[in-house]
Amino acid sequence: MTLAEILASAFPGGHQVAKNNGVLTGHGSLRGGGQALLVGTLDQTALGVDEAIHLARFVLADLKTGSGPILVVVDSDSQRMSKRDELLGLNEYLAHLAKCLIYADMHGRPTIGILYGHSAAGAFLATALATRVLIGLRGASPAVMDLPSMAKVTKLSVEVLEEKAKSTPVFAPGLDNLAQTGAVHRVWNEAEPLASQLEALLADMPEARDIRDVLGKERKGRVKAADIAERVHALALAQ
Amino acid sequence: MTTVQDPESSIHRADSTSWYEASARRRIELLLDSGSFHEFIGPEMREVSPHLRVFDLPEQFDDGIIVGSGMLGGLPVFVAAQEGRFMGGAFGEVHGAKLTGLLRAARDVKSRPVLILFDTGGVRLQEANAGELAIAEIMRAAVEARSAGVKIIGLIGGRAGCYGGGGLTAGCCSALVISEQGRLAVSGPEVIETNRGVEEFDSRDRALVWRTMGGKHRHLIGGAEVFVDDTAPAFRDAAMALIETVLGLSLDTLKSEQLRLDTRLQIFGTARDALDIWTEIGIPDAGSVPGMPAEEFIVLADKVRSIDHDAR
Amino acid sequence: MEDITFHHYTQRPAAGNKHVAIVGVVASGNLEVLAERVLSNDQFKIEIRTAAEGFESVWSAVVADFVERYPTGGLKFSINDGGARPDTVMLRMAQAVRVMEEG
Repeated sequence: MTLAEILASAFPGGHQVAKNNGVLTGHGSLRGGGQALLVGTLDQTALGVDEAIHLARFVLADLKTGSGPILVVVDSDSQRMSKRDELLGLNEYLAHLAKCLIYADMHGRPTIGILYGHSAAGAFLATALATRVLIGLRGASPAVMDLPSMAKVTKLSVEVLEEKAKSTPVFAPGLDNLAQTGAVHRVWNEAEPLASQLEALLADMPEARDIRDVLGKERKGRVKAADIAERVHALALAQ
Repeated sequence: MTTVQDPESSIHRADSTSWYEASARRRIELLLDSGSFHEFIGPEMREVSPHLRVFDLPEQFDDGIIVGSGMLGGLPVFVAAQEGRFMGGAFGEVHGAKLTGLLRAARDVKSRPVLILFDTGGVRLQEANAGELAIAEIMRAAVEARSAGVKIIGLIGGRAGCYGGGGLTAGCCSALVISEQGRLAVSGPEVIETNRGVEEFDSRDRALVWRTMGGKHRHLIGGAEVFVDDTAPAFRDAAMALIETVLGLSLDTLKSEQLRLDTRLQIFGTARDALDIWTEIGIPDAGSVPGMPAEEFIVLADKVRSIDHDAR
Repeated sequence: MEDITFHHYTQRPAAGNKHVAIVGVVASGNLEVLAERVLSNDQFKIEIRTAAEGFESVWSAVVADFVERYPTGGLKFSINDGGARPDTVMLRMAQAVRVMEEG
């Protein structure tokens, strides 16, 4: 689905977005009433300091007086790889965007990520992975690291990596692997109106806490993480 | 269950308190009050990564991170220390989960600050999805903890630096301490060069790497609140001082942070090199900064910058 | 990856009361030794996990030499090897015994 199709399907009552150099801000009218705040990336744009601060500003401005969910639509490259962005402290800008989204989610503004295109690494962390619920659409291509880069670092061929990836969802890119490890909560059915699926999700949102490790364990994609975190948690509380 | 300590440094460099040279275990030993450290899921529990065998890679019994509780100047704290020499200190499934659990505990206990001793290249490729997810969970837990008033202090000064998802995690801390040897960034020098060419970033130009991502620059531009010499006592003193001054996370904090980062872009957004930024900040001879000894640099930096206690 | 185990009888028990110790780091050319006091005083066991295959006879010789020279009774060593040379292996194992005898 294209971004235009997604927005039309999710907001039959209308939406207004402003696009600036690969980032998007705006509002969508929810079928059940009220509005959703919209932020996101498009055209596989790299997420740099300028893009991140722009999106964070829009989210923050709405937190004092606004209400309703925040939808984060994602089709980006990785973080912008440049001297300038690192010089200016890209880690702080990306962290700030993530903090704003996480804070919003903790304070009455449920955040829903909609991964419809690509995303990778630092951009993925600051957007899609900073939401409470991450929805995937078929055709989305999330990646932590692409296989050719992995091949270069590990000195294994792409073919060998692809073969190893058949037995584990833990390193190779792709929507199914990210669903199995717990990152993607649900994949929406594009044959059904997105507005219905969005409405159903909003009516039945999980609590505002991080259950991704539990999901990963249930789906057998990440079998150790939830237990290790729980054990450390218990040991620490006993101090 | 007894505490396990690494005697490596103490046998060969009995007097050395170099943060950079020390193992993660040795850093904890030097940082905390003597004998106060208690490890959670220590190496004798053998919770190794389940994902390295398929790549014929060796495991480490603690999966490259040590977490536990201890005392810092008599104050109860939680501590996490990454071992930068194992798999580049990278985040894997088990490694990350140990830190996630620690931060969630801090959130629930509320009264114990957390010290994170970063030494990481980012996500462990062989477990990329698990590592990335772990970092996402760590960031969430950090924001939850800070919102509950927990102080999270990051310490950066090891071999692997603090890159990738580590850089984003550091950005979620209340404050950071960094040394000359420390580097803090998202993309590493080689990755930038591979993707954008040597004209964009020459990864073999060490001076460029340190000007752009190193401790002195991060301190001057505001990316790290405190700069210290490469000694454990200096890191310890800095951590204790920061715990006294940092505040919790609120909407006002985020708004102050927005202003801080907006202002930085406005003033320095067109700078071509760190030297331009340092000159703009008010340093008379920017070229002398890299070679300047720590103590002299700290005095100079104090004159030209200020800590924004309300931001982060 | 190769798993190698050796079991020795010894008349020299490791002194001290320390129950567990960890020495070293699994980096290239290095190794970690996890020492545990879990056996009877006359036994020493060592389990090695290494990516460098085909060196069992070298490990055997190093371990035999080590047992000759150091008090190892009661101890079990578990090693994750990052491709260390014999002298580094010997060094780490000696450090491990020293730490176990300290406490």
